[in-house]
Parts: sequence; C-alpha cells; structure tokens
Amino acid sequence: MEIDPFIFRLSIFILSIFVGYYVVWSVTPSLHTPLMSVTNAISSVIIVGAIIAALSGNEEVIFSSSSIYGFLAIVLAAVNIFGGFLVTQRMLAMYKKKKKDK
Amino acid sequence: MSANLSASLYLISGVLFILALRGLSSPETSRQGNLFGIIGMVIAVTVTFLSVGNFTSGFIYVLIFLIIGGSIGAFIAYKIPMTAMPELVAGFHSLVGLAAVFVAISAFINPEAFGLGTPGNIKLASLIEMAIGAAVGAITFSGSVIAFLKLQGIMSGAPITFKGQHALNALILASIVILTFYLCSSQSSNLFWILIAVSFLIGFLIIIPIGGADMPVVISMLNSYSGWAAAGIGFTLENSALIITGALVGSSGAILSYIMCKGMNRSFFNVILGGFGATEQSTSDKNKEQRPVKSGNADDAGFLMKNASSVIIVPGYGMAVAQAQHALREMVDTLKKNDIKVSYAIHPVAGRMPGHMNVLLAEANVPYDEVFELEEINNDFANADVAYVIGANDVTNPVAKTDPQSPIYGMPVLDVEKCKSVLFVKRSLSPGYAGIDNDLFYKENTLMLFGDAKKMTEEIIKNLG
Repeated sequence: MEIDPFIFRLSIFILSIFVGYYVVWSVTPSLHTPLMSVTNAISSVIIVGAIIAALSGNEEVIFSSSSIYGFLAIVLAAVNIFGGFLVTQRMLAMYKKKKKDK
Repeated sequence: MSANLSASLYLISGVLFILALRGLSSPETSRQGNLFGIIGMVIAVTVTFLSVGNFTSGFIYVLIFLIIGGSIGAFIAYKIPMTAMPELVAGFHSLVGLAAVFVAISAFINPEAFGLGTPGNIKLASLIEMAIGAAVGAITFSGSVIAFLKLQGIMSGAPITFKGQHALNALILASIVILTFYLCSSQSSNLFWILIAVSFLIGFLIIIPIGGADMPVVISMLNSYSGWAAAGIGFTLENSALIITGALVGSSGAILSYIMCKGMNRSFFNVILGGFGATEQSTSDKNKEQRPVKSGNADDAGFLMKNASSVIIVPGYGMAVAQAQHALREMVDTLKKNDIKVSYAIHPVAGRMPGHMNVLLAEANVPYDEVFELEEINNDFANADVAYVIGANDVTNPVAKTDPQSPIYGMPVLDVEKCKSVLFVKRSLSPGYAGIDNDLFYKENTLMLFGDAKKMTEEIIKNLG
C-alpha cells in the first residue's frame, strides 16, 4: 500500500518541532527579543502562498477575487520580511563585547 | 522548474531558517544567523516565482506590491525606537496572522491555482488544513492587534473582565470546531466566512482580560500562534519550507511563553485566563498601612555609590518608559572610572517582552558580558555594596520568598535586599502590577529616590563627577 504524502509532511512537521525545541533552548536569554523578531520574519515565508495566489489570474484578469487576497497578503508578508530581518540586524549590531581599548 | 527540484530547494531554505535560529545561541554568531535567514527567504521567494512560471503582467504587479510592502517594512525597521520593540513585534505578528487568513481565503475561492480541487469540491484534508490555518491566523491577527493597542497605550493595559467570560470563550472555541466540521461536510463558503469572523472574535476576547505586565507571555504566545498558522497553510500548500518554519516558530514561541510563565511562577493557563491584577488589587488596598520609608536625593545616592566598591543595576520596564538606558550607561561609565565594579541583573520578565532589557542596554552600548541573568547573579547581591533598582518593582519584592499568602509567592525574585544598601528609583510608592506593596521599600537599608528614572540618573551623574 502506498503511503499518503500527507504522512511525509506530518513527519517533517513533527521532526521540525523537535529541532525547534532544541535549537530554541540553546538561544541565549539576552537574545530573546531578536529571536522573536527573526522568527517573525521567517514565518513570513507564507509569502510563498501569497505569490501563488496572486499569480493565479491570467493575462486578461490579473485582479480576480482570489488573486486580490494574494496581492494583499504579499504586501503584509513583505512588510514583515523586510521589517523583521532589518530590525533584527539593527538589534544584533548593537550587541557588543567589552572593549579593552575604550 | 520541476516539482522535485523546487521541493528540494524549499527544504534548503527550511534548513537555512533552522541555522538562523541556531545562530542566536551567542551574539557572535547571531549576525551570520540572520544572514542565513535572509538567504533562505530569497531562495523560497525565487523558487516560487520559477515554479509558478507565470511571468506575465501579473508578475510585474507582484513585484510592485512586494516593493511597496518591503519599503514600508524597511522604513519601520529603521525608524522604530528600541523601546517600542514589544509593540513592533506584536504589530508584525498581526500581519503574519492576516496574511495567513488571506492566503487561506484565496485558496478557498480558487483551489485550482493550488492544485487542491475545484470550488465546492476541495479535498477534505486540504479543507481541514485551510480551516485551521485561517482560524489560527485570524486569532493571531485580532489578538496581536489588541496586544499592540495595549502596549502602545492606546488601550488601557488593565485587564478587562466580565461575568461569564470563560464560558463565552469556551462556547466560541467549541463553535469553531463545530463550524470546521460542518464546513468540511458542506463546503459552504458562508460557513468559511463565519469561521473566520468567529476566530477574529475569539482572538480579541482571549487577549482583553490579560494585563499589561503579562504581555511577555502574550507576545510569546502570539509568536507561537503565528507559527502554527503558517504551518497550517504549509500543509495546505504542501510546502516544506512553510511547514518547517511554522513548526520552528510555533515551538519557539511556546518555549518563550513557558520561560516567561516560569519567571512569574504562574501556570500558562493562569496567565491566559487572566484577571490576575484585577482580583488582587482590591485586597491590597484594604491592608494598606502607613509604614515609614527613607527617602533620599541624588546627593545621597551619589555619596553611597562613590564609596561603594561594587554596584549592581536592576533595570525594569520603568527604565524603558523613561528612556533612561543611555543616562544609566553614562552613570556606569563614571562609576567605572572610579574603579567601581558594575554589573547588570536582568529578571526573566523584566520589561514587556522576553529579552526587552537586554536590547535596551545593548542599544546604550552596554557590553553584553556585563549583563547577567537572574541565576547567574543572584548570589552576588550579598557581596555587593549598592543595588540601583531602576524601573523594576515586583521582581525585587522579598515577599515572594517570605509570605505564602502573597499572590507572587514562589516567584523567583532578585535578592536585592541582601545588598548593603539599596537605591530604589521610583516615581511614587504605588504598588506594581501585581497590586501588592513591595516590602523592599520599608527595609532599613533601602533609600527611596522619588523621581523620573532618567532625571534622577542624570542628577546622580552630576554628583559623581
């Protein structure tokens, strides 16, 4: 009997939860705020779905009822991707070690 | 692009996201980690374009919308003050939630584009995943909006409770399950819209009873929800990058919520069911008695510090409100010039989000190896000469160790009272969010410095110089 592809996706999902669990415990508490902003940025990979939805129209009807939602989702996710990664970068740039020569 | 190739590339971007989080295990590797995350995102977006392969005028519009959103995001990222980070993160969570809802709606209206069947005849599994993605996304959205409004101060941070609240919430949650069930059997679009509307409502109702100081838990929880929403959509789209990311973000947020709850010695359900501050406030007002406190000014504080050999700084949310982090670092620089050892003690729930204080201190150029967590530094208070408590309150209250009747009993606190002298900067003697008096105010060795945290710190600098 063939295995439903859903089971494979479920396996990825469950294993990723475990990976996430161990990786996040190793994050140092002082970086918990950047952790939140970066997880926020990567969860915007949902833009993948938004792009598929937005491009579902054809040459004549670019803005169909379903693709409009795709376009809106692209804007929202893009705000998050750029905002999330850049603000994380800005924060991380501030974390400095003690300088001896100062 | 073949489906197998694109699936493999999505997997690579998923792995890069794992590495992005892994990088955060230390500040040195964190910037590299962020770069991995960006590369992962670029791969995911590029692969999607190539696999859809529709480079018509629609593609141009996609790019335009991408640039619009991207510019807004970049603008916000550069302009936002570090003290507003909790609001920003809450706001960003709401966007992920709403984007998930939109993608789910789009997939419901036009399932052919996603290869999920035809309208009115969507594959059962896809429909369930879609419904979960949409419902969790909607809850994330409305919950985050409320959290944002509370953090921004547009909405009062006080918990809003009413009779039958929990019963109503339970009823709505049950209705979501029932709606999903009927949606699957009828494929009715009306039910789909109702499901989304009800989910918006429950997100709103879940967050309003939670008080401002419980926000670290709420933000972490919403972080987790946004991940589960993404994972739900990932199942619908059969996309491994989304599934991996959703699982990572979901478990990350859940762990942070757990750490925050532990920091307050409260169970997750206790926080979520809310009403903590509201129920305790009334009792504390009754047993309020006038006890003598010693209050001093910047002169006294300067004198004490000058004669100290080690000082521990205890920052809290008040420091963020007063924007006192830069003044604080200047004060510490002056102290260090006088060969006084200075370190910072951070309580897990100090501030309004996990790691909030660390970011503010980093912004003020405080080296991260001078900043310590509760367990690392708590034994040092007994050997320190001065503790400078700036904007923190409940996390220093010795009652948590001594009075089993206290609502914060058992909460891990900083042993500030063990210092030879304690300087407590505060605007008034009002209790903190837990609604209880801080015993520390009335200790022999405590000197209250009444005033704005930033102004007081600046005055102390003058007295040190």
